[in-house]
Amino acid sequence: MDISERERVIEVTDLRRVYQGGYEAVRGISFSVGRGEIFALLGTNGAGKTSTVELLEGMDRPAGGRVRVLGHDPYTERAAVRPRTGVMLQEGGFPSELTVAETARMWAGCTSGTRPESEVLQLVGLRGRADVKVKQLSGGERRRLDLALALLGDPEVLFLDEPTTGLDAEGRRETWDLVRALRDRGTTVLLTTHYLEEAEDLADRLAILHDGRIAVSGTPAEVTATRPSRISFELPAGLLPGDLPPLAPMGVVDHRTEGPLLRLHTRELQRTATALLSWAAAEGVELRRLDVRSASLEEAFLDIAREAGGRRDPAAAAAADTDARLGEDTARETERTA
Amino acid sequence: MSIPTTTAATAAGPVRRGTTTPVGRLRALARAEFTLLLRNRSAVITALLIPLVLPFSVQQGMREIDLAAHGLSLGVMMLSAGIGFSMLFAVYATLVSTYVSRREELVLKRLRTGEASDAEILGGTAAPVLAVSLAQSLLLGVACAVLLDIGAPRAPHLLVLGVVLGALLCAALGAATAGLTRTVESSQVTSLPFLFVTAVTSGMAFPTEVMPDRIAAVLDLLPLSPAIRLVRDGWLGTMTAGEALTAVATALAWIALGMFAVRRWFRWEPRR
Repeated sequence: MDISERERVIEVTDLRRVYQGGYEAVRGISFSVGRGEIFALLGTNGAGKTSTVELLEGMDRPAGGRVRVLGHDPYTERAAVRPRTGVMLQEGGFPSELTVAETARMWAGCTSGTRPESEVLQLVGLRGRADVKVKQLSGGERRRLDLALALLGDPEVLFLDEPTTGLDAEGRRETWDLVRALRDRGTTVLLTTHYLEEAEDLADRLAILHDGRIAVSGTPAEVTATRPSRISFELPAGLLPGDLPPLAPMGVVDHRTEGPLLRLHTRELQRTATALLSWAAAEGVELRRLDVRSASLEEAFLDIAREAGGRRDPAAAAAADTDARLGEDTARETERTA
Repeated sequence: MSIPTTTAATAAGPVRRGTTTPVGRLRALARAEFTLLLRNRSAVITALLIPLVLPFSVQQGMREIDLAAHGLSLGVMMLSAGIGFSMLFAVYATLVSTYVSRREELVLKRLRTGEASDAEILGGTAAPVLAVSLAQSLLLGVACAVLLDIGAPRAPHLLVLGVVLGALLCAALGAATAGLTRTVESSQVTSLPFLFVTAVTSGMAFPTEVMPDRIAAVLDLLPLSPAIRLVRDGWLGTMTAGEALTAVATALAWIALGMFAVRRWFRWEPRR
């Protein structure tokens, strides 16, 4: 179903956030999320993901623009919005000396229409850890406790800020299954992530943030389609790129050399690959380290990070690069300090 | 995580609870906070033991004052000192470090994502120590009445008013101080000025009547002085209606000022 036909559960118009000291973390963002949709905010560290989602959660008053969640302003109409939303912050926020069960009981006492605590703990696989203190939980277990409490009131809208950071591969899959199941029952989910795989697998639509603005948005397929596919290979010694047949007629839109590697960008992967391989076969040329790949979200993301690197701090972009590739949360500090 | 079946069953099931109320939320927060209080050794010492031990430190000084000349007795002075120390340590000092600790652990931020209002979050955190202070005041009252032979309170309503207003004031000032405090460790420093000045000047350590009139008049206007005066003179029944009203109005004004300071300076998240 098209977004325009759905009830718009989250509406964001020209949103801005400025921190004390004048740092502008969110610089005019607009998007909307329909009921039963999973919307992902992607971005390098410091791109403004958390700053944005906190405004949607109603944690702060925007410096400009407008947020509506379920038709209400989440900051000024807290009482109207909170009973219908579930929130998972980027970092826990539970007293370390309480046990899992005590924490859940406290949260249940502050949540309307709760499901039994044991049921949500079961849902995230923490039921056996009910009597363990929060300080003794692993990072992944804390993440799951946080998710359990966000689900306690069976919310219509769920905000998940990096829900799977610190989880192992299996825990991540389980969380994805859980989020999908919720979506299928009509829950609207807004999540931030720096795992590209997570956004690609899970999100119905996504936006890649960069420098406090939306660099690109759409379905994962749409976003991917904005990027060219790539073919890279090593030419044998003695051959130069100029020895290849004319590139433009092969569908190549751009090419560059990286050390011994030649990289071709194309929007018509099959045509370019066929032309290249036919040429190689006819000339008896061996293309070593041949790599043919369609555009992926990762490419799109890295391109944006690279463009960021060109204009901003190359080291930060490189870190974000590694971050995205390896799926590790090395430099989350950057985003928090920003 | 076999999700769909479980959730579908519950969504329709009768086990779901209803809408929360402010009282219910306050109770849930207070219960968790009480558990935390008992698990924090330094808070237990500050909140439970110090207020019951400190009154003995002022005992010697009191003996050197001619209390009878002011219509007072050692027993009543010990009582008001004990209740004052309970307000200062069990409520004020404990709350400063508790609020800072909850903020630094991001608990306050997380709670604000839920249905509890700001006032409920602050109130729920304060409720256990307020209850502890009221219980200590009751215990001190009984102990002083029995052991120090000071009879029964003559104006118990003023006494109760003093205990309640003093505890609320200390809670509000505790939250305000927490807003100006960066870490749990530094809360021991930031809470000192109010603890020290109040202990000396509010009539806890010595009756303000022994000071020259003009100084005494100023001391009586300090934050905790009206509460201490209500406790002491409430027990003795020596307060005129006008004096009682002045004391209550002064205490309320300080509470209002404290709440204003909380609105203005309280921080819900760690500094970035």
